[in-house]
Amino acid sequence: MIEITNLHAEIDGKKILNGLNLRVDAGQVHAIMGPNGAGKSTLAYVLGGRPGYEITAGSVVFDGQDLLALDPHERAAAGLFLGFQYPVEIPGVSNVQFLREALNSQRKARGEDPLSGGDFLKLAREKAGLLRLDMDMLKRPVNVGFSGGEKKRAEMVQMGILDPKFAILDETDSGLDIDALRIVGEGINAIMRRPDKGVLLITHYQRLLDYVRPDVVHVLAAGRIVKSGGAELALELERDGYEAVVA
Amino acid sequence: MSSFVRPTWKDEEWRYADFGALDRIEPADFDGWRQVDVPAGETFRDSFVLDGTTPDLRRLRIQVGEGGRAEIFAVNSGSDYARLEVEVRLARGAHFQFGGVTIGGGETVREFVTRIAHAEPEATSDQVIRAVHWNQATGNFLGRIEVVRDAQKTDAAQDFKGLLLDRGASANARPELEIYADDVKCAHGAAIGQLDEMARFYMAARGIAPDVAKKLLVRAFIADAFAALEDDDQQERLLDAALAVLGDTLEGDALDVIALAGETA
Repeated sequence: MIEITNLHAEIDGKKILNGLNLRVDAGQVHAIMGPNGAGKSTLAYVLGGRPGYEITAGSVVFDGQDLLALDPHERAAAGLFLGFQYPVEIPGVSNVQFLREALNSQRKARGEDPLSGGDFLKLAREKAGLLRLDMDMLKRPVNVGFSGGEKKRAEMVQMGILDPKFAILDETDSGLDIDALRIVGEGINAIMRRPDKGVLLITHYQRLLDYVRPDVVHVLAAGRIVKSGGAELALELERDGYEAVVA
Repeated sequence: MSSFVRPTWKDEEWRYADFGALDRIEPADFDGWRQVDVPAGETFRDSFVLDGTTPDLRRLRIQVGEGGRAEIFAVNSGSDYARLEVEVRLARGAHFQFGGVTIGGGETVREFVTRIAHAEPEATSDQVIRAVHWNQATGNFLGRIEVVRDAQKTDAAQDFKGLLLDRGASANARPELEIYADDVKCAHGAAIGQLDEMARFYMAARGIAPDVAKKLLVRAFIADAFAALEDDDQQERLLDAALAVLGDTLEGDALDVIALAGETA
């Protein structure tokens, strides 16, 4: 589904990714863990196409396409979803307006008909229900005045509505209380646990992985994957720390 | 008729104007003040869309009677110099509302000039101006508020924000407050910024193309200017008029969906 080969990336002349290799097949959930500054968020941003990062070597093939050749909005239309660690507030633009524009832009890019207002709202209500987010919140401006937990749940509602093939979730578990963590975990499973979809979970903690059980866990350090293993690797990291496991 | 003298850059009120364009305005237009009298307790509302291709000067003088209300909303988006001037005299307890948007590119100068006299106590005024420019365009707002000595309990607010999409664009705000009463509230603010890059990336990451994202963000930015306009259709018409200069890029009717969302809650 996605194959990252020898990826090197830097920002402002500072090398962050140093030959990262990673392959996620359809039907799989992979988790990336790693110490602060290892390059986890950079990986997410580079895959999403955030301006400012320079890719100096390597390739990313997503669903048979050269991902790095696509503009950010084209990557989304191709089925890539980036869950933000810090979802962005957009005053004056309601969630409903934002998401309908997003969904119909993606559909248009794929040659599909736009969804009518009524059908869109039905879909939005269904996904908001799944994440137990009040539909009224979707009428408010994007992320404005949302608590940390509400922002993360709103991200998952967006993911549900946009129905991507592959999701990169950058610390979607940070800022969530215990109940919200479970709701978000179940939401990820309901939306993305399918044979034709894949997920890359970036996280600091083992606890989200109790709900979204990864097929493979990778340790990212100094810009490359230094160790991979099964779900038990996350437990090992939690118990012994990165230093002990990576050494 | 007295001999006509064109304004020069030495006139404070005209210092940001486009003098080449002023030369092409007929002398009669400088004297073409439109007079409006708003009787006590009544409301007068008018809106302007200055979207022409030749220099345009509109001058409006409004007297608002006791407890009356005047509301002016304007889009200044033409491809040549345009200037809307509004002079208002507020009697006791009267209110003046102004919402204006200058928007556009080229090398065009677009400006609003307001002069508000709080001539009696307890009058209020509220002005919201947004300027969105690109290329070498300029947006100006010159706003004078005068509070006479006896006009206690005056409440006047003036809020200007500029959004510059290109390095060569500019916006000028010149608030001028003359206050001779001591028990008054006069608030004014001015800020200039650029499009939020993170918001643009966030929108792109959800599949929204850059030109559509820009239009949504500009729409959100200028919407404040017309928020006080109670007629939703009118509000929409002015927003559309302003956004027309950005090209036709928005999918569907955004407000449609918002209205639907309200019904099905």
